[in-house]
Amino acid sequence: MRISPKITQALAVLLLGSATFFTVMVLVFVIVFVLGKGLPGVTWEFLSTNPRDMGRAGGILPTLVGTILLPLLAIAIALPLGVGTSVYLTEYTRETRMTRALRFGTDCLAGIPSIIFGLFGFIFFVVGLNMGWCLLSGGLTLAIMILPTIIRTSEEAIRAVPNSWREVSFSLGATRWETVLKVVLPNALPGIVTGVMLGIGRSIGETAAVIFTAGSALRMPISAFDSVRTMSVHFYILAREGISTEKAYATAAVLIISVLMVNLIAYGMMHRFIARRAR
Amino acid sequence: MKFNGENIAKYALMTVAFSAVASLLLIAVFIFKEGLPFMMKVGLKDFLFASDWDPLAGKFGIYPMIVASLWVTFGAMLIGAPLGIAGAIFLNEFAPPMMMKIIKPTIELLAGIPSVVFGFLGVMVLAPWIRATLGGPGLSVLAASIILGIMVLPTVLSISIDAIASVPNSYREGALALGATRWQSVYMVTIKAARSGIIASIILAMGRALGETMAVIMVAGNTVKVPHAVTDPVRTLTANIALEMANATGMAREALFATGIVLFMVIMVLNGIALSAIKGKARKK
Amino acid sequence: MKIMVALTGVVLCAGFMGLTGCGKSRENVTIAGSTAFQPFAEKLADQYMSTHPGVMITVQGGGSSMGIQSALSGAAEIGMADLVELPPEAASLKSLIVARDGIAVVVNPANKVSSLTYDQVRDVFSGKIKNWKDVGGSDYAIAVISREAGSGTRSSFEKILGGIKLAEDALVQDSNGTIRETVANDQNAIGYVSHGLINEKIKAVSVDGIECMEATIMKGEYRLVRPVFLMAKEGASPACQAFLEYVMSNEAQELLHQSGLIRAK
Repeated sequence: MRISPKITQALAVLLLGSATFFTVMVLVFVIVFVLGKGLPGVTWEFLSTNPRDMGRAGGILPTLVGTILLPLLAIAIALPLGVGTSVYLTEYTRETRMTRALRFGTDCLAGIPSIIFGLFGFIFFVVGLNMGWCLLSGGLTLAIMILPTIIRTSEEAIRAVPNSWREVSFSLGATRWETVLKVVLPNALPGIVTGVMLGIGRSIGETAAVIFTAGSALRMPISAFDSVRTMSVHFYILAREGISTEKAYATAAVLIISVLMVNLIAYGMMHRFIARRAR
Repeated sequence: MKFNGENIAKYALMTVAFSAVASLLLIAVFIFKEGLPFMMKVGLKDFLFASDWDPLAGKFGIYPMIVASLWVTFGAMLIGAPLGIAGAIFLNEFAPPMMMKIIKPTIELLAGIPSVVFGFLGVMVLAPWIRATLGGPGLSVLAASIILGIMVLPTVLSISIDAIASVPNSYREGALALGATRWQSVYMVTIKAARSGIIASIILAMGRALGETMAVIMVAGNTVKVPHAVTDPVRTLTANIALEMANATGMAREALFATGIVLFMVIMVLNGIALSAIKGKARKK
Repeated sequence: MKIMVALTGVVLCAGFMGLTGCGKSRENVTIAGSTAFQPFAEKLADQYMSTHPGVMITVQGGGSSMGIQSALSGAAEIGMADLVELPPEAASLKSLIVARDGIAVVVNPANKVSSLTYDQVRDVFSGKIKNWKDVGGSDYAIAVISREAGSGTRSSFEKILGGIKLAEDALVQDSNGTIRETVANDQNAIGYVSHGLINEKIKAVSVDGIECMEATIMKGEYRLVRPVFLMAKEGASPACQAFLEYVMSNEAQELLHQSGLIRAK
C-alpha cells in the first residue's frame, strides 16, 4: 500500500518538530538547571572579590579577568590568519592540489582533540620556548585551536557572496585586492563574526588545553607571562574536587551568562550591520 | 604601484594560508617525535591490540581505549546527528521564520557552554539515574554518549541550518511546481543539495566527540577494560592521555604521546573517508 | 572589521604594557606537582605572601611526576611529590620531607561496613573480593575507585599494600577530591584519599581495627602513610630558599597541621 504524500508529510513534520522540541528542551534544561542553582550565589561581591581558601569562599574576580583576556588574545592571533587563509583559498586560487592540501590540513586541524593541543602547547610553548604556564602560552595554543573554525566559517561566508558582485566590482576597474576589501569582506562579515563568536565560545569553554598551557594559578594576572585560571578551569576544579558545589554552580552561572552576553552582542552587531547595508 | 600592492597582498595571503597547515605539521612533528620511537620499541601489535595497560609494569596495550573511543563516539553520533539534522530541516523548511530567529541563536549559545558543565551535569543527574535504572556504576559508555551527543548538537544543528539555507529557493520552487509536497521537495531536493554541508557538520561533530576530554573523564568512569554493555565504564583515548599525563615519566609518558598519535591517525582516516565521500557524491551529481 | 582591528590593538597593547610594566619589582617562585598537596601549598603561599609582599608564589598542580620534571627542567622552582620513595631521576634535586599524610580507605556513609582488615583492603582493591557481602556488607557489587597509574597516592597505596595489581574493572579518577566525590555519590563505592580530605560526605573505614586519624598516624600504628616531599635544584634563588625555610618553620608546620596533615617533625 502506498502512503499518501500528504500523510508522509504530516508524519515527517511531526517527527522533525518533536526532535526540534526535544533538542531545545534539553538545552533549555541545562541552562535553567545551572542558572537556578547558581544565580542565588552570584552577587556583586562574588564577581568583584578575590577567592579565599581556594575558592571555598570569596569571589571569582581573577578567573573572570582570565576568561576575558585569554579568548581575546586567541582571537587577536587567529583572526588575521584565519580570514587571510580563507580569502586566499576563495579569491586568489583555483582548486589545485595545493589548495586541496591546505583545506585537508585545516580539516585535520579542526579534528584534533583539545587535549593534543594542550600537550603540544605544553611541550612547545611552556617547556620548549620556556614561556612557562602563562596567558601567552594559553592564547597561542587556543589560537591554533580555533583557527580552523575561523577559516571554515569565513570561507563559507565569502563563498556566499554572489559572484556577480565581484564581476561588477571588476568591471568598474577595481583590482582583486580592492574587490576583496570593499565588496567581499564587508558582505561576508556576518559569517566571519559568527566564526569569531564560535571561536570565543570554544575558548571560554575550553578546559583541557588551558590547564596544560595557561596553568591554573588562582591569581590576578599582571603580565602576559602570568599564569591564569579561566572560569571553566575554576569550575572544573571546584566541582570535581568537591571544594564547593555552591560556588561551582555560581561560577557556572556566570560562565553561561558571559557566553550569552558575548552572543547577544555579536548578534546585535550583525543585525545592525545588515540593516545599515540594506538602506 | 597598484600592481605591486596586488602582488604583496597575494603573497602575504599565500603565506598566511599556510598557517593552519604549518601548525598542523608542527603539532604532528612534536607528537610523533615523542611517541613514534616508543611505538617502534614496544611493537605496533603489542601497543594497539593488547588489552593490558599497566605502564608501571611495562604493559602498554591500548586496545580497550580504542574500542571505548569508537563506542562512545558512535553513541554520541547516534544521538546528536539525527536530532541536529532533524532540527535543522524543521527550522529551515517547516517552522515559521520567527521560530528560527529565536531558536538558532539559543542553540548556538549552547555551543559556548563549557564541556565541563555538561560533564558535571552528567555526574550529578545522568549517572545516578543510569545507576538506579540500568545498574552498573552509572559512569558508563551510555552516560558519555548521551552527554557528548548533547554537546555536539549545536555543531550539527548550526552548520546543517546554514547548509540547508544556502540551497537556492529555485530548487525548492522547481520541485513544488512539479507537484511535490513540501516534505518531498525537502527529501528529494533540498537535503541532496545541502548534503556536503550536512556531512561536514557530522564530521566536525565526530571530531568533537572523539576529541572531547574533560566531560568524558567526568562521566565515563575511566576503567581500562573492553566494554561489553553500554552500562560498562570505559576509558577513551583522550581520557587516557589527560588522566595519566600529569604523573607519567619515561616510557609511560612516551606511551601517552603514542596514544596521541593513534588519536591523530584515527581522525586523519575519518576525515579522509568523509571528505572523499563528499567529493565522490559531488562528482556524481 | 574595524572593531576587530581595534580589539586586536587593545589586547596587544595591554599585553605589552603588562610585559614591560610590571614583573620586575617582584620575585616569582613557582611551585608545581602533587595535586594532593596543592591545596596545602596554596594555603602556605597565601600565608607567606601576606607577610612578604615582595614575593609572588604561584602554585600549580600537575601531579608528583610533573613536579619532579618541572623542578628538573626549571619550569618550576619547587616541585611537590607525595611518594613513598622518590624516583632515581630526582636524586639530583635537593629534597625535603615537609609533612606526612595518611591514606584513608573510604566508603559511602550509607555503607554499613566500617572496618576492614589489611588483607581485605588488599583483596578488594586487587579485585579478589567483588561483593560487599564477603566483607560483612550488603549483597552489592563493590565499585573500586582508584587514582590513575603514576599517581603518588596510588603508587604509595599499592606499595604499602604489598605491591598489588589493581582490579581490572576499577574506576579511575585523577584526584583525591574527585575520588571523594565519586564515593560520596555511589553507595557501593570504595576508594582512598588523603587523610586531610575526609569529610561528612564519606566514611573512613578502620584498617586492622585502627582508625585513620592523627594520633594513630603519629604513633605509627596506622599503616597507610606516605611522606610529602618538596624539591628544588641546588643553588635555587634566595626567594625560593626562604620559602622552603618558611615551610619547615613552626608557624607553617602548625598551619599544615591545622589543615589536616601530619607535621614533618
